[in-house]
Amino acid sequence: MSDYNFAYLDEQTKRMIRRAILKGLAIPGYQVPFASREMPMPYGWGTGGVQVSAATLTPEDTLKVIDQGADDTTNAVSIRKFFEKTAEVGTTTETSAATVIQTRHRIPEEDLSEDQILVYQVPIPEPLRFLEPRETETRKMHALEEYGLMHVKLYEDIAKHGHIATSYAYPVKVEDRYVMDPSPIPKFDNPKMEMSAIQLFGAGREQRIYALPPYTKVVSLDFEDHPFDPSKAPHACALCGAEDSYLDEVITDDKGGRMFVCSDTDYCEKRRAEGHTGDLTKETAA
Amino acid sequence: MYVAVKGGERAIENAHAWLAEERRGDTSVEELSIAQIREQLKLAVNRVMAEGSLYDPDLAALAIKQARGDLIEAIFLIRAYRTTLPRFGSSNPIETSEMDCERRISATFKDLPGGQVLGPTFDYTHRLLDFKLAADGETIEVPERDAVPETVPHVTEFLNKEGLIQDEAASEDTPPDLTREPLELPADRALRLQSLARADEGFTLGMAYSTQRGYGRTHAFVGELRIGAVSVEMDIPELGFAIDLGEITVTECETVNQFTGSKTEPPQFTRGYGLVFGQSERKSISMSLVDRALRWEELGEDNVGAPAQDAEFVLYHGDNIQATGFLEHIKLPHYVDFQSELELIRKLRREAMERAVPEAAE
Amino acid sequence: MEALELTGGFFDPAPEAARAFRQIMTVMAKPGTILDLDQAEAPAPVSKAAATLLLTLCDPDTGIYLAGDADTDAVRNWINFHIGAPLVSAATCDFAVGTWEALAPLSQFKIGTSEYPDRSASLIVESDVLENQGAVLQGPGIKDRAALSLPETAAFQANQMLFPLGLDFYFTQGSRVAALPRTTEVR
Repeated sequence: MSDYNFAYLDEQTKRMIRRAILKGLAIPGYQVPFASREMPMPYGWGTGGVQVSAATLTPEDTLKVIDQGADDTTNAVSIRKFFEKTAEVGTTTETSAATVIQTRHRIPEEDLSEDQILVYQVPIPEPLRFLEPRETETRKMHALEEYGLMHVKLYEDIAKHGHIATSYAYPVKVEDRYVMDPSPIPKFDNPKMEMSAIQLFGAGREQRIYALPPYTKVVSLDFEDHPFDPSKAPHACALCGAEDSYLDEVITDDKGGRMFVCSDTDYCEKRRAEGHTGDLTKETAA
Repeated sequence: MYVAVKGGERAIENAHAWLAEERRGDTSVEELSIAQIREQLKLAVNRVMAEGSLYDPDLAALAIKQARGDLIEAIFLIRAYRTTLPRFGSSNPIETSEMDCERRISATFKDLPGGQVLGPTFDYTHRLLDFKLAADGETIEVPERDAVPETVPHVTEFLNKEGLIQDEAASEDTPPDLTREPLELPADRALRLQSLARADEGFTLGMAYSTQRGYGRTHAFVGELRIGAVSVEMDIPELGFAIDLGEITVTECETVNQFTGSKTEPPQFTRGYGLVFGQSERKSISMSLVDRALRWEELGEDNVGAPAQDAEFVLYHGDNIQATGFLEHIKLPHYVDFQSELELIRKLRREAMERAVPEAAE
Repeated sequence: MEALELTGGFFDPAPEAARAFRQIMTVMAKPGTILDLDQAEAPAPVSKAAATLLLTLCDPDTGIYLAGDADTDAVRNWINFHIGAPLVSAATCDFAVGTWEALAPLSQFKIGTSEYPDRSASLIVESDVLENQGAVLQGPGIKDRAALSLPETAAFQANQMLFPLGLDFYFTQGSRVAALPRTTEVR
């Protein structure tokens, strides 16, 4: 790939993205428009996250890429290989060893540190988009801090189902000002967004970048009588026994058999290496 | 025992190897050359150049070969390549009035200076499969004709002289560029035209067709459609004059549409405009119709709520690379989100059942 | 043109700009944090840190305003040669460089609009002192509280009241940099 610049993007493009990242950090939760470039992977497959990572990576970085919490999902593999080739950065699957983590749909279970950067891939950055399809309208709503529509929608859920019927991409309010889409992470991950690491969000097709500095106030929208509930499957991981991690449901046969395992593969492997067992691993050991 | 799915990397490599094999197909059949695609699938090459926003027939042909004939995939390859190219400067506006026309027709006049030149068109061919093409060794005999005059005047200029058609004010402003700046609304006409020139042919056709069927009707006539080569020039400040960079073939369409007017202004025809790389008639006519429909506001027309009048709708959904990427991304794993939906729906159903049981007992 | 006007750029632009940006991003994300920033060198009186900021973030798409003593022919030539950014007035600039006194009054800079609060200026304040003492800082990016030697507090309090509009500041001294975004509460 020597025909291409370090981290693929040309320097002028990187400067444009870097300026957007800095504005995003200065105005947490506000979506900064940026002239997203066509990347050698399809829109909707992480082009925003890839551009943000490309503008952020240095040759000294160690990159981890996850999709659905796993390092080995095909799109994560593909993006990791892209940066191995174009930025010649070191890569890892170990959360604590990474300096930059690009993610789709999950926040790692392990607490991140002040020296880490979490880059999210975002498909639809506008939290109000499903309520109001027009960009011209939603921009006004953010400007006027007019979020009544969102509360009405959440309240209608409660009236209809008894609960807020949003289980992922659950909207948050940042520093009591901007309503922000946390990307399609399960709502289980929402409380983790008040963290020590820098969080950067890239939406390539929609041409938006936004950011959260460390320790930024991030509150999931709710009502006093219906407080936010970051629920998950009421099981323990069948492999490592973890009761505090987000679980994938794996169908094991065609007779209704199923098991639950950690979605964060690194977290699960680490726990097993430490000797933790789950229902399945106990049986095998015996 | 259950082992978490591994081997994503190997799976990708194997899939790519299989793809390469499929691309080549039966190796006893001779391989397609780039030159064959460029010369014999020219309209496909034109579409890839137009929607890929890069005028390079050889690269477009390569992209078509690599994409196994999937034109949207080929356009994607061109776009991704284009974005890495350094920008040396901008050319001067091309002069389509200086075009060396190979086709030039007007639907609004029977005959006109410069004449009606049909050129290489499918029009009036009977759409019967030509089985002679299936046999090898076709020979073509082409009758020769006198060359058309070097330059041919624009049809709309005839109307303009009489003041019958709305004059388009010239502007020295550098038009915005949506490949360098994020799309911002409201979009001015130059930006809308740039977006339409790159937009998916099928989408643009559908939008244009909808205006003809009454969703924002603009009563369009093809004032003129011309196809031919124009030279591209660039000012070099160090030299103090413009140099000729070469020629490109473009298709230009100007429609003459229903007139506007008021008590103070006499009625005038209005215009729609389409300009596309290569011979791309369907696209340029569609573009003109959609352009005209989008001009409702500046021309003081009513917004009847037609899709083709809605700039935000048209501009945000016409790009096939954006659209196909997002559409196809739903085949990527979404099991984490799906799991959260599963948990939620199980909980809601459990509670609904619990509520239903005591009610049934009463 | 003097020799210095042609030197002082990045030796290896892509990785050096990447490293510089990471320092800049870190100070912006963590107000009060002071880091080294010395990859570029511009003619006096522009500090290495300010030169690196300009070289990392500016290009022909960003207007730069040179305030007071920073506005010299040598600096203008350096910017023209290395960055190609247009030199513009305070009212239209995206980035401004100068001492705190030279940049005053802050009201001359753009603070963004309610629909586009990002369309605001970033000020690079050349400082004699840069230390983690003085004004107390709280807000996004700061765990409990931080301290930074600021030229005053009232201007930053007024700026914070404008949120989400407002200016963002970089403080440079020699080859060191710190930042103060509009979100930081200053006491």
